[in-house]
Order: sequence, then C-alpha cells, then structure tokens
Amino acid sequence: MDIPYTVEVRRDTGLTNGKIGIWLFLASEVMLFGALFASYILIRTGAPSWPRGDTILNVPLATLNTIVLIASSVTMVMAWASLMRGRFGAYRMYMGATILCGLVFLVVKYFEYSAKLHHGLYPSTNNFLAIYFTLTGLHGLHVIGGMAVNAYFWGPGAKLWKTNPAWFTNRVENSGLFWHFVDLVWIFLFPTLYLL
Amino acid sequence: MTSDHAASVPGDHAADVDRHVRIYITVFVTLMVLTVITVAISYLHLSTPVAVAVALFVATVKGSLVAAYFMHLVSEKKLIYAVLLLTIVFFIVLMALPVVTHSNGYWIHE
Repeated sequence: MDIPYTVEVRRDTGLTNGKIGIWLFLASEVMLFGALFASYILIRTGAPSWPRGDTILNVPLATLNTIVLIASSVTMVMAWASLMRGRFGAYRMYMGATILCGLVFLVVKYFEYSAKLHHGLYPSTNNFLAIYFTLTGLHGLHVIGGMAVNAYFWGPGAKLWKTNPAWFTNRVENSGLFWHFVDLVWIFLFPTLYLL
Repeated sequence: MTSDHAASVPGDHAADVDRHVRIYITVFVTLMVLTVITVAISYLHLSTPVAVAVALFVATVKGSLVAAYFMHLVSEKKLIYAVLLLTIVFFIVLMALPVVTHSNGYWIHE
C-alpha cells in the first residue's frame, strides 16, 4: 500500500503527512531538550558556586563548530532549493557538503571530549561537566542521526528522484527541518554552556 | 530546461526559489555576524545577570532567524503554528519550574 499524502496535501490539515509528522516530532524534541535545560537552570541556580564555561571549555573550537553547523544549515536549505529548481547535480553537491559539515562538527567534538577525558575531567567530576556531557552528548547523537538520514537521501534514497521528484523533494525538506532544529539547539547550547 | 526538472513539485516557482536563495544568503551572513557578537560580548565579562540576558537575547534572535527562514515558518500552515504555540506554552511552563522553586527560596540555602 502506498503511503498517503506524501505529495498531495490533506484537505483537513492543509499539509502533507510527512510535514505534520516531522513538526510533531520536533515539538517532542523541544520538550526533551527543554527538560534538560530546565534541569541545568535548577542545578546552576541552586549551586553555591558555578564555573564560567570558558574557564573549563575550549571556546575557539566551539565557535568553529558553531560556524560549521550554521554553514551546514545553509547548504541543507540550498540542497532543497536545488531540487525545487530541478537541479539534481547541485542537490548532490549541497547535500554532500551538509554531511561533510556534520562530520567536521563530530571530529571537532571528538577532540574536545578526548582533551577533557585526558585531563581527568569526566561527567562524574562535577555538576558542570555532568551537564556539559549530557547536553552536548545528546546533541551529538542528533547530529549523527541527522547525518544518517541525509546520507541515505544523498545515496540510495535519491533513486526516488527518478520516479517521484516531488515526493523526494518533500522528504529532503523534512530531513532539513530536523537538521535545522539540531542547528537551533546548538545556537542555545553554545552560549549557555561555553560562554556564561 | 533539463529533462529532470521537477515540474510536479508543488508550491514555489523557480523565480520564488531564486528570491528565497538570496534570503538564505542574507540570513547566513547575519547568523555569522551574530555568532561573532556572541563571542565578543563574552570577553566584556559583564555581570552574570546581564551576560545571561544578552546571550539569551542574541541566541533567540539567531534561533528565530533559523526557524523563520531555513525552516520556512514565515509562510507555514495554521496547523503547524497551532502545534508550535502549544509547544511554546509547555516549554515556558518547563522553564518556569526552576524559576518558581527558586523564588520560593526552597532550593536556595540562605
């Protein structure tokens, strides 16, 4: 059986099912990260003292990662815009760039993590590091998840372009919505963990 | 016109997409500038309440730009706005929880 409303919009929602589905998922993601942010506020305001992030964490590396992730959001939206213009070659290039940016982000994160662990700074060391590893770790898992979906649409999933370009374009838009959300979370994580 | 042109893609026409691409570039440059501002402000070593307020304000502007333009929320359907409105209400409740307990003094040792 075919999946309903992948290209046509449902008359009652005015949307394709994929679009409403991804937004409902993102709403649940807001609550997931929101719960952790609320815990962070609670623990920090209740603590007798709290270190400034930049006394422990590497701000230049995190700034680089912020720039990389924002750039990947632009290439993601350009990948979708390329499909809207019917330019599959450009799509492949922009989607490839998006995946590469994700990879760069993870490699930088790996160096950050290993430097911390090398200096004996573990999640169990103190509350600051516990929150740092939990929030950036969960965010990192989201980067990996987004990259997996994007890699599928760059590779084998792109076959759909030949048979149903409109459906494929919508799929890329939806995976883009997830990717932009991951970027959005980082935009808040960066100042709250590293700079304050 | 190439043979693989997505003629059946609904919604935006090619000219609209070109206009959108220019907006994406503008938003990208703005986000980069705001990132530099975020880091620069942290070197001023403002008092914690002011630093938190400024950092969250800049982050909110950046997040709004991403949501509005990259996630197309400037022109989305009503149902998605309804879902997000509900999400924002619950998110505010979630953020208010620690603030409320704080102002009670229950969690603060004084």
